[in-house]
Amino acid sequence: MLIANIVGLATIALIIWWFWLYKPEAKNALKTDVEVIVKDGVYSPALINVPTGKPIQLRFTRLDESPCAEMLLIPELEISEQLLVNKETEIVLPALTIGEYKFHCQMNMYKGLIRAI
Amino acid sequence: MKNKEPSQQLIIEGAGCASCVGKIESAIQSTAGVVSAEMNFADRTVMVSGTAHANELIKAVESAGYNAKLLDNAKADQILDEKEAADWEYYKKLLRDTFIALSLGIPLMIYGLFIGEMTVVTTTERISWLIVGIATLGVMYFSGKHFYVGAWNSFKNHSANMDTLIAVGTGTAWIYSMVVVLSPDVLPFLARHVYFEATAMIIGLINLGLALELKARGKTSQAIKRLIGLQAKTAIVIRDNKEVEIGIEQVLENDVVKVKPGQKVPVDGEVVDGHTAIDESMLTGEPIPVEKNVSDQVVAGTLNKSGLILFRATRVGKDTALAQIINMVKKAQNSKPPIGRLADSISAYFVPAVMIISVLSALAWLNFGPEPAIAFATVSATTVLIIACPCALGLATPMSVMVGVGKAAEAGVLIRNGEALQTASKVTAMILDKTGTITEGAPKVTDIVLANATDEKSVLQLAASLENGSEHPLAEAILESAALKKIELLKIQSFKAITGQGVKARCEGKSLLFGNAKLMAEEDVDLTGFTGRAQSLAKEAKTPMYFAVDGELAAIIAVADPIKHDSISAIKRLQANGIKVIMLTGDNRETAAAVALKVGISEFYAEVLPEDKASKVKELQNLGEIVGMTGDGINDAPALALADVGFAIGTGTDVAIESADVTLMRGSLHGLADAIAVSKATLRNIKQNLFGAFIYNIAGIPVAAGVLYPVFGILLSPVIAGAAMAFSSLTVVSNANRLRLFKSRES
Repeated sequence: MLIANIVGLATIALIIWWFWLYKPEAKNALKTDVEVIVKDGVYSPALINVPTGKPIQLRFTRLDESPCAEMLLIPELEISEQLLVNKETEIVLPALTIGEYKFHCQMNMYKGLIRAI
Repeated sequence: MKNKEPSQQLIIEGAGCASCVGKIESAIQSTAGVVSAEMNFADRTVMVSGTAHANELIKAVESAGYNAKLLDNAKADQILDEKEAADWEYYKKLLRDTFIALSLGIPLMIYGLFIGEMTVVTTTERISWLIVGIATLGVMYFSGKHFYVGAWNSFKNHSANMDTLIAVGTGTAWIYSMVVVLSPDVLPFLARHVYFEATAMIIGLINLGLALELKARGKTSQAIKRLIGLQAKTAIVIRDNKEVEIGIEQVLENDVVKVKPGQKVPVDGEVVDGHTAIDESMLTGEPIPVEKNVSDQVVAGTLNKSGLILFRATRVGKDTALAQIINMVKKAQNSKPPIGRLADSISAYFVPAVMIISVLSALAWLNFGPEPAIAFATVSATTVLIIACPCALGLATPMSVMVGVGKAAEAGVLIRNGEALQTASKVTAMILDKTGTITEGAPKVTDIVLANATDEKSVLQLAASLENGSEHPLAEAILESAALKKIELLKIQSFKAITGQGVKARCEGKSLLFGNAKLMAEEDVDLTGFTGRAQSLAKEAKTPMYFAVDGELAAIIAVADPIKHDSISAIKRLQANGIKVIMLTGDNRETAAAVALKVGISEFYAEVLPEDKASKVKELQNLGEIVGMTGDGINDAPALALADVGFAIGTGTDVAIESADVTLMRGSLHGLADAIAVSKATLRNIKQNLFGAFIYNIAGIPVAAGVLYPVFGILLSPVIAGAAMAFSSLTVVSNANRLRLFKSRES
């Protein structure tokens, strides 16, 4: 029983660390033209570093048939775009100021972050 | 890597052989501003980079003997078709998955409920259940693969979603069952129970829920579909004195377009020949067709009812009012009102929180539950994971906004974003500009009271001839009235304008005077018996002017800016909604008082300068009111911007789409009442959805964890949880769809 409890509490700690505390680092270098694949419930990359002061091209390719993946919203920039299955949709962002801009699907299940640095 | 030059893609029609490629490319490349042109013969498209205008490119292709259209223009239609096709494919796939999973799940459930125990005691049972376990694995692979792959990908990205819950839930049930089958000895005797039916049923039911949700979702975008459907497919243009029928994407600015009765206007333009009546109801909600004559504007998507017209295209492609409306509605449909943000921030933490609750629930059962505790722990952990529905929370707001904004667009009300939608529903005070908002905005002759003159026509003829040279705004009303009655104007001599009094002149040997009482007094015209009549006209918000011929009063002509025919009923609707209606005007006090009285407004402010309108808004806001400001969007701009919600009254076609929070496409104030009504209905719908989603999760999760067990002995089956989860999202989408039945106008 003790072992079960320890395993349970460790699982909880792991969940908290993995989903809430861990901050992934963006792998891509600062780019103004970024390709994002929408597949199996996630955007990849989900974290995009971009430079400030330049228009940014995001090219989304949706390989995910689920209707959840259909809309891409960037609320801070008032952008909402429909992504077609197996097609590339280009979204041009205006020159950004330093900060973080979330992007997500309509239901906020698919999530990503644009970091202007 | 992409070329850094701006690029555009053209679709080429009529290119039948590979040799056309070079011809088309060189035609485009010879256009000024083109950096490169590359044709893809397989899909008949050319990617052009450079700064050349699309129209020039199309012309170049046409001069080479082919047809071209900009890919962007075809987008709306094409996106819709492709989306529908993709949705249909996905729907079929979901149904197939449902069928596979339920084919195994239902018989297993029936067996468990009515025929035998789902326990593992004998070797035969072990072998049989092993086969079932492998079959269930097959179901997980064929019907549920997308959940597991999605969950794994989210996990790798440190995020969790619905897939995570389903994958972990069904996975737990299956793994537990397989442990029971493969090594029953590690578990207490009572706990040797298999849950393969739960795994199969949950996968089946959730796929079914997704399929039904997909169907219901399709309906939420009907408004946008309808708007896109308004677009004509082809246009008849006159080029080189010949009529040619071309796709609307190929219509260029300044093309002369011909529209026959019964046809749709293909692009925006200005009538150059003919006259007709055009049904603009699809855009403005205004049911009565609008007369169109030379130099009037026509808008793409409206329907030509009676005559044949030729018009010059002024806005084409994505610049037409219709294209802009479609774009705006689409944007607004996906923006979220502040009320949805709470759900958003909750849903960001929701899934991991549910996983934690699931572990805690399992631990509670293990520590305090009855035997077989491990079986109870597994069931409750699985059920908690499965019953939680983050989708219902996530869908609650966007689905309602989608339908609400679309519904508003159908009534000729364009709502800019979710925030405007929410604020509009809370407006407590509505400021209305008088001229052009409550009234028509164009003064008209309302009364001709005859004194010594014998007929109205001759009075109007002389008065109009006299006013022909005047630039006074009231003169316009008299001239228009004469023009309407097809009265010919006479020649005027020795015209003289007397500032602040009126005008005098001679015509056909007669001396004419037209102006106020002061002018008449100075010229010794006897007004006895008519001053009372003039005063009563003034009280009716009209401006009376005296007209004298040869020193004798001939008539009183009253001019007024008439109140729109439905302003009174629309204002009543607003007041019935508990909104304080206030009128502001730059006009004089008497006219303002008379108009206010007529339309039933008790609070009004006259002689207000445009810049003071904004301070009036501020004043009301300081009193704690949520202020809506309605105006024509030009001289009211500062007040519109300062108000909590600015409503711009468009005159049908001339839409200042980007300028206001809400644009009313028709002149009627009923549009305003409709806008408030539709936003209230949408907010109510969102609240119902959010309430439903919260209650569902708040009540569902503890029940699944087993809080009812100690008192009532109730522990939910994972299968019931799967059904509840599958249908909770569907309920939200269906409730949002109820908004489609919303009727905005008072019958």
